[in-house]
Amino acid sequence: MDSDEDFVSTISSDEDVMQDDTDNDDLSGAEGDFDVFDDEPDDDPAILSHKSDKKESIAYDVSYRVYTPADIQRQQDEMVDEVNMILEMKKEDAAIMLRHFRWNKERLIEDYMDKPKAVLEAAGLGPSAETPPKLEVIPGFCCDICCEDDDDLLTFAMKCGHRYCVNCYRQYLHQKIREEGEAARIQCPAQGCHRIMDARSLDLLVTPELVERYRELLNRTYVEDKDILKWCPAPDCENAVECAVKKKDLDKVVPTVACGCGHRFCFGCILNDHQPAPCELVKRWLKKCADDSETANWISANTKECPKCNSTIEKNGGCNHMTCRKCKHEFCWMCMGLWSEHGTSWYNCNRFEEKSGTEARDAQARSRISLERYLHYYNRYANHEQSARLDKDIYQKTEKKMVQLQTASGMSWIEVQYLNTASQTLQTCRQTLKWTYAFAFYLARNNTTEIFEDNQKDLEMAVEALSEMFEKPIAELSDSKLKVDIMDKTAYCNKRRIIMLDDTADNLANGHWQFNVDFTDAGASAAAGSGSARR
Amino acid sequence: MASSSHKRITKELQECMSDPPSGMAVTLPSESDLRSWAVTLLGPPGTVYEGGTFQVTVNLPEDYPFKAPQVRFATRLYHPNVTNDSLGNICLPQLKSENWKPAGRVRAVLEALRQLLVEPNPDDPLEARIADEYRNNRAEFEKNAKGYVVRYAMK
Ligand SMILES: [Zn+2]
Ligand SMILES: [Zn+2]
Ligand SMILES: [Zn+2]
Ligand SMILES: [Zn+2]
Ligand SMILES: [Zn+2]
Ligand SMILES: [Zn+2]
Repeated sequence: MDSDEDFVSTISSDEDVMQDDTDNDDLSGAEGDFDVFDDEPDDDPAILSHKSDKKESIAYDVSYRVYTPADIQRQQDEMVDEVNMILEMKKEDAAIMLRHFRWNKERLIEDYMDKPKAVLEAAGLGPSAETPPKLEVIPGFCCDICCEDDDDLLTFAMKCGHRYCVNCYRQYLHQKIREEGEAARIQCPAQGCHRIMDARSLDLLVTPELVERYRELLNRTYVEDKDILKWCPAPDCENAVECAVKKKDLDKVVPTVACGCGHRFCFGCILNDHQPAPCELVKRWLKKCADDSETANWISANTKECPKCNSTIEKNGGCNHMTCRKCKHEFCWMCMGLWSEHGTSWYNCNRFEEKSGTEARDAQARSRISLERYLHYYNRYANHEQSARLDKDIYQKTEKKMVQLQTASGMSWIEVQYLNTASQTLQTCRQTLKWTYAFAFYLARNNTTEIFEDNQKDLEMAVEALSEMFEKPIAELSDSKLKVDIMDKTAYCNKRRIIMLDDTADNLANGHWQFNVDFTDAGASAAAGSGSARR
Repeated sequence: MASSSHKRITKELQECMSDPPSGMAVTLPSESDLRSWAVTLLGPPGTVYEGGTFQVTVNLPEDYPFKAPQVRFATRLYHPNVTNDSLGNICLPQLKSENWKPAGRVRAVLEALRQLLVEPNPDDPLEARIADEYRNNRAEFEKNAKGYVVRYAMK
């Protein structure tokens, strides 16, 4: 199995960006920008690195690091210190230079060694800046922005000579900083002048009420200027994540990262964890679902009728195994089929049976089949999303009871954590299952797809079984036999999920998937289906 | 800061009214509202728009000149960079917020707008179909554009 070799090489064969050395997929081996941070102990659980033994590495894993605001600050400070030492310039100037070079230290040093005067000038630190920028009153001056010409009008101009009154500069900066969130690359207010307002001019002009926001924005440039860094999108989270996966690799890998705050997201598109589906496919699927939102309303209904006696049945847990209160009929919420057929090898709930071609003779029949097909996948996609929510509800209710149960059963807080683990597992697995249906919707029918559906089925059956145990009344949960069963099933679910993700990622990295649509036309950089196109 | 922009707007308006850009006339529909201008633009000679009279509205937002003016065609016209609807939205680089600078002038915008009639920019279209036609079937484009002039821009 040489698949992992290929996978790694797709990521690191990126010659054009190699030179700025932000390209290493194995951070522990990074020699460039980040070598100064390598004295940190690597036992942080958030740090995953590719194992040197490729056989053992997992295809769906990408290496990444989580940085706290303090880490980010320290990295900036260290880089500033380094430039300060190597180029013998003031720290304050080094920071300006680094921001000017979008935190590409190597390029800064190289360019500076090559032509120091031009580089300093471009960053606003040229000889002209040796006399610090100042505000001046110029007799007879008329401001071109506000048309004021008072005798005591304070004015300012950068090296480009475009002079305006201080009030106009300040209002301009207010607009840029407060409303547009710019700081490091604000241009001269003159139409067509692209001179960047340097830090010293800004220090002179930025009003006290803007200073804090201005510093904050400057700090953010460190993360925003680097392709390998992204802010965690969770609300109120201030961490950043580093990952070397490039945009052009997104048809080969789904770079999923977990922030220190617990939020799992895709580094490629910042959406919530959508393994195993590649970004481009996710984008298409979400657009399709939004376009067909009618169907979404239809599925979100929490009630259905019993297929046997027609009495109304409400779904209030994540489990799909329904038992009619009235007639005791047991059926599957998803396909409304007999539940007794679901626990066996006959389980076929996940697979869409393609009707034979003879049936789809006219356009109307074809469109009906295509809608049925979409609904098959959409229903299962939406159902797992809904079930994950319901599982979470159940857990929150259960958690309360477990606290009470601790005293009754004599179990310690630690001993009841297995329920928390089970709940987490249910949610993670359902998140994965959800996206397997979006993925399957775009798969062409072939052997690889069959295997995928078998894996999907195994995971789904395990999840439904765990979900059912999880919904047992509190009294039964205190039974130690059930506890062992839940723990075993939890471990089994996790195992099935890893198998599923591993297999999918492996095929993705090797371009083995055949899709029923072409993802390549959506732009070469983020095309998700190029694997099938190449074959 | 509205008072600071008053002086600027008055000055710009006076200049545009007394010495309008070529092929244009600038008026104020309501004397009390200095921020809403009405511009009459004659189709530039030698273009498919020749012979047409186009109404253009200019609205200066509260934060003008720190925010770009809003410029629209009130007369319908057939053009790759103008929406083919009653809104008459225009795709002009100067008007995009990332390009607008407070030292920019309405006059320069109007001159660029007239230039856009002389030289459409099919690479940055608002109407992709018209842009395609402009590139690949110029005769058809000219026929359609002239048809619109007769229908909407001649009184
Ligand atoms: Zn001014
Ligand atoms: Zn300038
Ligand atoms: Zn976070
Ligand atoms: Zn993504
Ligand atoms: Zn029933
Ligand atoms: Zn079923």
